[in-house]
Amino acid sequence: MSQVIDPVVANRHLHDVAVMPRPTMGLAVYSLALRELMRFFRQRTRIVGAFGQPIIFWVLFGAGLHGSFQGPAGISYQEYFFPGVAVMIVMFTAIFSTISIIEDRREGFLQGVLVAPIPRTSLVLGKVIGGTILAVLQAVVFLAIGPALAFVGLSPSISTGLTWFNLPGVIAYLSLVAFALTSLGYLIAWPMDSTHGFHAIMSVFLMPMWLLSGSFFPAPATGWLSWVIRLNPLTYGTAGLRRLVTPNAEALTGLPSLSLSVAMTSLSAIVYVAIAIWMTNRQTAHNAR
Amino acid sequence: MSDSIAVSVSGLRHRYADREALCGIDFTVSTGEIFGLLGPNGGGKTTLFRLLTTLLPLRSGVATLMGVDLASQPQIVRQLIGVTFQSPSVDGKLTVAENLRHQAYLYGLSGSVVASRIDELLSRLGLTDRRHDRVDSLSGGLKRRVEVAKSLLHHPRVLLLDEPSTGLDPGARHDLWEYLTRLRREEGTTILVTTHLMEEAERCDRLGILDRGQIVALGSPDELRLSVGGDCLTIQTLAPASLSEQIASRFQITPRRLGDALRIEHEAGHELLRDIVAAFPNEITAISLAKPTLEDVFIARTGHRFWESEPS
Repeated sequence: MSQVIDPVVANRHLHDVAVMPRPTMGLAVYSLALRELMRFFRQRTRIVGAFGQPIIFWVLFGAGLHGSFQGPAGISYQEYFFPGVAVMIVMFTAIFSTISIIEDRREGFLQGVLVAPIPRTSLVLGKVIGGTILAVLQAVVFLAIGPALAFVGLSPSISTGLTWFNLPGVIAYLSLVAFALTSLGYLIAWPMDSTHGFHAIMSVFLMPMWLLSGSFFPAPATGWLSWVIRLNPLTYGTAGLRRLVTPNAEALTGLPSLSLSVAMTSLSAIVYVAIAIWMTNRQTAHNAR
Repeated sequence: MSDSIAVSVSGLRHRYADREALCGIDFTVSTGEIFGLLGPNGGGKTTLFRLLTTLLPLRSGVATLMGVDLASQPQIVRQLIGVTFQSPSVDGKLTVAENLRHQAYLYGLSGSVVASRIDELLSRLGLTDRRHDRVDSLSGGLKRRVEVAKSLLHHPRVLLLDEPSTGLDPGARHDLWEYLTRLRREEGTTILVTTHLMEEAERCDRLGILDRGQIVALGSPDELRLSVGGDCLTIQTLAPASLSEQIASRFQITPRRLGDALRIEHEAGHELLRDIVAAFPNEITAISLAKPTLEDVFIARTGHRFWESEPS
């Protein structure tokens, strides 16, 4: 009863192996990154979360701290904090897009990707590039329209620092920072089984990393705190952005140079993504869940 | 000979940290065959499925799919197989068509092939009018069909399905099997399916019965049933121990005890039934005579009931 098959059909596999489409990394990365974007724009709460919190931080901390803040070259706190909020947006978006790897694993989507004939590296790159695009998109939108809050009285009038001239550089630099942070988020999320663990890491590691990056307050010249900030890779991410968008050169005294910022941010991006790729390529029982 | 073998597994073992899930599995599946792995949950089916789909690394034993060694060339194996998981692997936030397009890209399909292949599978699985629906909004049966469509996009030579009927109503289950048999007939696709449902196992060409990490029986459903012998008598009684002894001394037959019931496999079941009922009219609460089922095969080979073997 089983052999109702045409023998020609039965042997077709021998030819098929040779003519099967070769899976390519580029196509897989494109498809995985596109999926990240589609999911993001279909979940309104994610847009609200990634945008809302930084703006609330900016408005509230700006209002609360501007009286006591003595910024470099006498700039207002809102003005000082502005690029820091952009970095915060990049970090939040990066984190929320990588946290989805935990959901993908739990909901089963990931197993379909893991049995597909693609290099596992494309899974890392698809996620990270998707998250990077989302993060840069939001940070640039914030930089462009954030100062408009002045019109409704929520902030003093400040300049965005964005010009048509520096926009390509800002986008390129934010992409680098976002790529690094998304890779960092990925390597934290990959081994985890639940999002609870990720939230814990977020409060004890990622938030302090941002707070101590010169985004929230300037680094003191001496003392242990100055060293923590100097050793924090994200310090260079924030410093580079400040150098690109701050028109007042005096306000930049004491910050790492742009070339050092680019070098340090690139280095951390390479380290993070390399660890993420290594973890993902490891054959473990963890994948079968 | 090797050309007609789609899946070959020998000496396959797998240990989790605390227990041995598979202890030496051997079987082969011919090309174009529907092969079922039947067993209770916890029997090792899912571990075997995960090894064959490359989700778990193969550490001990040899497995080949279409002649390709699984351990050394998993990437080629991944191209040859289609996998339908028990838990959904589709993205509920995307539409049916978007899920399929994503899958096509992962398997290297591009250009006009993608659209034509998606159209073809949507119509074959009756999903055409659902193509723009988000997967989250579909019923369980339709979701499973999307899973199947997804796993067939790249013309796999071997389709592996893990408990495909889970969560499906009888109608949807029937449709799925209609489709699988058609796929085998029209495309010569080899199908390997794990199941804990006897009814589903009946539809396979050949079966491997898996219990506690071992294949305890291998053959077509008919062969397996014949191997048990004549008829199966099941006796319900309030005093199984004493009745068992009495039957043993009187008829020189040792009944198998399964909870409150006694089970006897016998060539001439109808005669034995008559004799037993005549001999012990008061001890028996119910007695039934039946041709052996796959469950009887399982009981005969393992000495315990299908559902009692679940490890705690």
